[in-house]
Parts: sequence; C-alpha cells; structure tokens
Amino acid sequence: MDEALLRSLTPQVIAVLVRRGAGFAAAEDAVQDALVEAVRVWPADPPRDPKGWLVTVAWRRFLDATRADAARRRREDLIDEEPAPGPAAGVDDTLQLYFLCAHPSLSASSAVALTLRAVGGLTTRQIARAYLVPEATMAQRISRAKRTVSAVRLDRPGDVATVLRVLYLVFNEGYSGDVDLAAEAIRLTRQLAAGVDHPEVAGLLALMLLHHARRASRTAPDGSLVPLAEQDRTRWDTAAIAEGVAVLQAALARDRLGEFQAQAAVAALHADAPTAAETDWVQIVEWYDELTRLTDSPVVRLNRAVAVGEADGPRAGLAALAELHDSLPRHTAVAAYLHERDGDLATAAGLYAEAARKAPTLAERDHLTRQAARLNTLRRG
Amino acid sequence: MAKYLLLKHYRGAPAAVNDVPMDQWTPEEVTDHIQYMDDFAKRLEKTGEFVDGQALSPEGTFVRYDGEGRPPVTDGPFAETKDLIAGWMVIDVDTYERAVELAGELSAAPGSGGKPIHEWLELRPFLGDHPTVTE
Repeated sequence: MDEALLRSLTPQVIAVLVRRGAGFAAAEDAVQDALVEAVRVWPADPPRDPKGWLVTVAWRRFLDATRADAARRRREDLIDEEPAPGPAAGVDDTLQLYFLCAHPSLSASSAVALTLRAVGGLTTRQIARAYLVPEATMAQRISRAKRTVSAVRLDRPGDVATVLRVLYLVFNEGYSGDVDLAAEAIRLTRQLAAGVDHPEVAGLLALMLLHHARRASRTAPDGSLVPLAEQDRTRWDTAAIAEGVAVLQAALARDRLGEFQAQAAVAALHADAPTAAETDWVQIVEWYDELTRLTDSPVVRLNRAVAVGEADGPRAGLAALAELHDSLPRHTAVAAYLHERDGDLATAAGLYAEAARKAPTLAERDHLTRQAARLNTLRRG
Repeated sequence: MAKYLLLKHYRGAPAAVNDVPMDQWTPEEVTDHIQYMDDFAKRLEKTGEFVDGQALSPEGTFVRYDGEGRPPVTDGPFAETKDLIAGWMVIDVDTYERAVELAGELSAAPGSGGKPIHEWLELRPFLGDHPTVTE
C-alpha cells in the first residue's frame, strides 16, 4: 500500500470532482471517504490505475451524498452532465487547492488543518493527533474552514505568500503523533515548487531542507535540546544539505530576494561550517541585515544580536541587544548567553534562570535550567 | 495555535463579584449554571477550539514516596489549603486575545440570582513540547 502515492493523488482527485461540478466542500468529503476505502481495499486488491480508481469511488460517494441531500434537481443535472473520465488533472488544479486552503479569510489553525487534509491527504484523525486535540474538535475546525471558503472560486491564483506562511507553520509544528509534519511540509512545499516558479517558494523549500538536515542532531537521546554549537555535525544529513544549497543558489541567482531565501542563506552558512568555530558569522550578520531590511521583525533583530556577538564579540552583541525591548521572547536567554561569553557568570546564571521561567517550550525551559545550574555549579567551584 | 488552561478555583482566586456560595443558590440557578458550562464547551467544540474539560472533587489526598519497600505516605485533606482547584478547561486557540475573550465568557456563567458570577479564572499557557527551528 503506497500511502505516499495515495496522499499525493488527493488534491488531483478533488480537482477532478470540482471540475465535474462538485462544490469544494462536498468534493473534499467524498475524496476523504474514497481514501478511507482505498486504505481498506488496496492492500488486498491494488488497482492498476490508482487515480482512476479514486476518481470513480469518490465520484460515486459524491453522488450518494448528493442523492441523500434534498438537492435532487441539482443531482440530476450533474448525472446528465457526467463527463467521461477526463485527462489527468494538471498541476494547476492542485495549485488552486493550495491557494484555497490558505485563503486569507481563514485563521492560521484552520488553514493549516484544511491544507493537511485537502492537499496533504491526511485523515482528520491523523491531523487531530498531530496537533493533540480531540478528533471531534479537528473535524469541526475543518468543516468550519470549508464553509468559510465555500464561496471562493477556484479559478484564479491567490497570493503565494499566504500559502508559504501556512506551509511554514506546518513545518514548525515538528512531529507528534504518527505523522511527521516537518516531512509532510517539505513534501507539500516540494510539490508546490514543482508547479510555481517563484524564488520564495524555492527559498522556503531550501530553508526546510537545511533545518531538517540537522534534526537528528538537535535533540539528545533523552529528548533534551542540543544547541547548534554542540551538535554532532557528522549526523547532519549531507544529501539534504546539498539539495537545500542547490535549490537556494538557483533561487538567489534570480535576484529577487525575499525573507525565506535570506533565512535559508543563514541556515546554509551554518550547514557549511565543518565546526562551530569555523562559522562565517560576518556573512551571517550581513544576511540578518538583509532580513531586517526585508521584514524589520524584532525576532530577526534578536537573532542578529546573537550573530553580532559571535562576529564582533559579546560586548558588541550586548550593545545590539540593548536596542531591543526586553519583553521580546527569548531576549533574556540571549542576554544570558552573551553575558556568559563576556565572562560575567553571576549575571549569566541569574538570567538563565529567569529565561527558564519565561521559556515557551518545555525543551527550552529544561535546557535553560541546566545552563543556570551549570554556571552556578562552576561558581561554587 | 496555542493551548491554554482555564483554571477554576474553589479557593485561592480573588473574590468574585457575585460571590455567593453555590449551596446558597436555588436548584434552578445551579441547573442554569451547569447548562451554561455545557453549552460553552459544546460551542467550543463547534468552533474547533475545545480540547478538554474536567471538574475535580474538592477533597483530595496528598501522597509521597516513603522509601524503598515502604508504602507511600498519605496525608490530608487539609482544610486550610489556600489554593484549591475546582476544575479546568483546555482550549486550543489562535491567539492570546482569543483565550482571554473565551475566559471572559466562561467567567460570565450565571450564579446567584441568575446574574453572572464574574468569577476570576486563571489563564495559563501550555509549554510547547517542541522547540521552534529558529536557532
């Protein structure tokens, strides 16, 4: 049973049903049913034409559902008009689904859930497990999202930037449950990049590949966080790094710089350093300057302060940090790190402990607590 | 997308505006109150924001390890415990502002005289279980 194939066919089959006249919401439901049926039937009886099989079963489900509806007249029209199984839906149809599922009228969580189901071909149960909410809650979130976009026409492209934001959110969720959301985000971004010629799509794909390449080394066997400088670089996935760098270089050559390309450039410079000490921090600061120009985000400026601390010394980093408001997430953690580098262990230890209390994730909190404990132990000598 | 805990206290929170103990309400007022909580949870299920809701008995026991081969030691309940949790609701929402809005609605549950209790609910963000990719 080729689940990857099944999932990659999902948006194409939805598109076929929509072209035959089904509304998006009904088409999407019918294809979910067909997917569930495929999982049941295919292992014993694999179809010769998987896509044709899915289209046939989904269309039948759609007609059954329509028949059950009060909309009898509309159903009869559809049967009259039922076309012969058409040519394979092109990439364009899948693209329209990306835009629809990331429509600006949707909240971030709704767009993410709808994208994973309609474009990613995941079941509601899988998505619910990945986001640690009850299946009923996720089902409602998806059906509301479908109602929200029901009036949106599927015939014109939307804004690529909204799609990229949704894919980036999926990537950042990491992995819990039985679905690897980071890998799923890469698959969906790769599929998008195959259909859209846009340097930022390539930039996001490169960024994901470069981060994903370091995943195995980012956590210790006990689940604790391993900072970049201490990661075992022999465990980085060199094939993914090579691909990410190639995708990024092709994008940068187009000379239409964007946020994701610049972030990917930073990730590429880290990936390129054989040891932490050989990191080209001067270039990384330059890329953060570009990013500041592109987004002027305080988070970027915080990261820039870290890079400045490495390139020009901790005092310079602290000076850059002083320009930022200390309510910024992770500000205290950065301050602790720079003070430690500057040799002020007492201040650093206090700041690490304070940063631990403010940490947004469990892994970071535990990591920062260990840093504080390490410095306090050192100071007691 | 972030999860928050809405924590309801038997004791320990600042006094509510409509601060009449539940056993002094009329039975109808108690029924209405419970109905409001159920409706609230059902509504959040429909919006795709509900994760969990539970109520706790006020009487609990403290338990601790007492060394190898010994049974755990139990103690309590302690009538004087200052902070006593009554129950919780877990929500999964897009923003902090939305979490505050929902906590405000839950705090408007009717109490004595059918009027909102204006009870103080504690809103606590969950710690995420994975670090972001930003390094």
